[in-house]
Amino acid sequence: MASRKKSNKKKSRRNFIQSGLKCGAGALFFSTAATSCKNPKEKVKALTQDGQLVEIDKPEAECCKPATPEEARNGIPNRKFVMVIDLSRCRNARKCIEKCQEAHHLLPGQEFMRVYLMQRTDKSAPYWFPKPCYHCNNPLCASVCPVGATYKRSDGIVLVDNERCIGCKFCMTGCPYNARIFIWEKLEREDEEDIEYSPETSIPVKEGTVAKCDFCPDMIRKKELPHCVTACPMGVIYFGDINEDSVTNGTETVSFSELIKENDGYRYLEVLGTDPSVYYLPANDRLFPFERGLDGLDDEVIERYKDTPYFKNKRNG
Amino acid sequence: MENSSDLMKKLARNLETPSRQWYIWVIILSAIVLFGVYALIRQIQEGQIITGMRDNAVWGIYTANFIFFMGLSYAGALVSCSFQLLRIQWAKPLLRMAELITVSTLIVGAPYILFCLGRLDRIHYLFMYGRIQSPITWDVIAISTDLVFCAAFLYFTHIRDFAKLRDLEGLKVAKWRKKLYAILALNYRGTPLQKKYLHQAHDIMAAIIIPTAVIAYSLLSWLFGMSLKPGWHSTIFGPYFVVTAAYSGIALLIIIMWLYRKSRKLEDYITNKHFNYMAFGLVLLTMAYGYFTFSEYITDWYNQTSQMSALLGKFTDMSQYGALQSFHVLFTMFVPLIIIGLPWFRSINSITLVSLFIVIALWVKRYLIVVPPLETPFIPIQDVRPEYVQYSMSWVEITLTVSGLALIVLIFTIASKIAPIIPVAEIEDVEDTAKPIIRFQTKGV
Repeated sequence: MASRKKSNKKKSRRNFIQSGLKCGAGALFFSTAATSCKNPKEKVKALTQDGQLVEIDKPEAECCKPATPEEARNGIPNRKFVMVIDLSRCRNARKCIEKCQEAHHLLPGQEFMRVYLMQRTDKSAPYWFPKPCYHCNNPLCASVCPVGATYKRSDGIVLVDNERCIGCKFCMTGCPYNARIFIWEKLEREDEEDIEYSPETSIPVKEGTVAKCDFCPDMIRKKELPHCVTACPMGVIYFGDINEDSVTNGTETVSFSELIKENDGYRYLEVLGTDPSVYYLPANDRLFPFERGLDGLDDEVIERYKDTPYFKNKRNG
Repeated sequence: MENSSDLMKKLARNLETPSRQWYIWVIILSAIVLFGVYALIRQIQEGQIITGMRDNAVWGIYTANFIFFMGLSYAGALVSCSFQLLRIQWAKPLLRMAELITVSTLIVGAPYILFCLGRLDRIHYLFMYGRIQSPITWDVIAISTDLVFCAAFLYFTHIRDFAKLRDLEGLKVAKWRKKLYAILALNYRGTPLQKKYLHQAHDIMAAIIIPTAVIAYSLLSWLFGMSLKPGWHSTIFGPYFVVTAAYSGIALLIIIMWLYRKSRKLEDYITNKHFNYMAFGLVLLTMAYGYFTFSEYITDWYNQTSQMSALLGKFTDMSQYGALQSFHVLFTMFVPLIIIGLPWFRSINSITLVSLFIVIALWVKRYLIVVPPLETPFIPIQDVRPEYVQYSMSWVEITLTVSGLALIVLIFTIASKIAPIIPVAEIEDVEDTAKPIIRFQTKGV
């Protein structure tokens, strides 16, 4: 397991440079909080076309500015975002869910990211399965929307414009992954008055409309990673750009194609033809036993898994 | 056949100043409808949280009602339009009832899809930002087209009767109603040209409505068929929905025939023969419906994909949908064949009772189409909130359903006070309408 990741790391360095070359000067990579855009004079590293690593001022125009409605509809140019979830590392810490709910002003039951207890067959070991929106490249949700409130952008992200959504829930019946939630009731917050709504932030939450994981494009614009990625203590979730062929979980940056190729990455329910942007690495060579994921959970959360084959078998001895 | 004034005079007695019971009846119905309006207002104020719908089962009985009422509207399309085109004389007394079913169920049924909307205040977005790629847009276009055509047809078939009412001496109705008849009759005097044009209008509308209704109901089924959900993603859904619709429409027509026959003493016009012929149609549709239902389930059952097995398991599990499914299968397939198909139990009352059960069972079928597949997603639901796992209807949804039914009855009550429920002119002017639609050229004999 460890060697697997190490080899990835080695290769990723080469890929880092390769893909940098491809993208030319100004290709900016995701990194962690170090590239926070609070200080506009901050330097960032970039690669020139001849492969030289240089430090330049962080471009101000790209930084911190919330997207205009037009930008929010069209997407970030020349990007194609992708997520990789390493199931061998997930131990159901649920930090991704908490951080996501906090950032998107969601109530406790409203989860853009959900963690399922899954088992491929009754003979294989169970595993934890985090499920965000898959941002499909052939999104049925966007096809069936009668008003274009949910749409696919050039950067691969599928967003919901909650100011246009009429709440017909047709997209929810279209999504085969149940990635969408309906805002049956909303969290009343006093600090929402100053917040201007954008489909990129999904806040303030609009009652009577459909919402879902948005891949945090507002964070991406700030050169930061989505909340679930940074919140995960295990580095389960990698996020990146398929054009640059690199993904990062905040601590390591690896080549997307190598990662998928070497670890037999797959997509959930590939057979449906929705062409998701979220890949999974199978739960081989776990870092810890599956049961660790049940430690310290609220009863309410444990209760959710009671009807799974794993618990049913356990009850029956 | 009686001469014209006699028939109209006789039937027009029902149109004269309403009795006290009639007013009480209208008030009761209106009260139920108004209670529905109150429920709707509550739903708009408090949001969809007061319905039984939640994530997973995002649709409930509103959607079931929507397809149910749309299906009932088939009675008119099928019966009156095809009988109009085929020049079937014996069915003439039933035409108006059939057309009224069509228009009233369309008017009442269409809004149910809107009750599912979380943001009714944004309903105009359907036109501002409408996307033709969405099956919802298809439905909006198809159903509104269907409604306009059917309403026009209903009106066209009324014109000659309005003219008769206008000309009827000694009709005891309020002055404004006499005036209304004069306006609605569009100065129809029965001149040869007027007759010809009106007859052509009937034929054209009938010819347009049949395909429109088939298209509208197929599009409705694709609301489900276009989804990837097991139980919805089915190629058979278009024709299956069309057959189901015709089936429920005919069954409702039989119930309405029975009600008017009893309440208005129309035994001379709605006869044994009508019940017999309609029952024959009902048996044919029972077999067609049974065939489609069997085809749908057998293919899913035989190859046992895990998703479909989970869904079909719910239909056979008595603690889940087994009871509803058995009720549906029993009353849409077996009971009609035994009671109506076999000669020993057949009577006007038994045919009507079976029809009533068919209509109820077909509502159950719509519920079984909408709800269980939503509760059986690809990723098994892992949730502890019972309402998120299993749908159960709330008082708001039940109220709006009941008041929808009341509104249909109210529309019938009022419409049959405005014009006779038996299309007098259709029956009298036999020689006008009996012309074959295709005239073959016969070369010299």
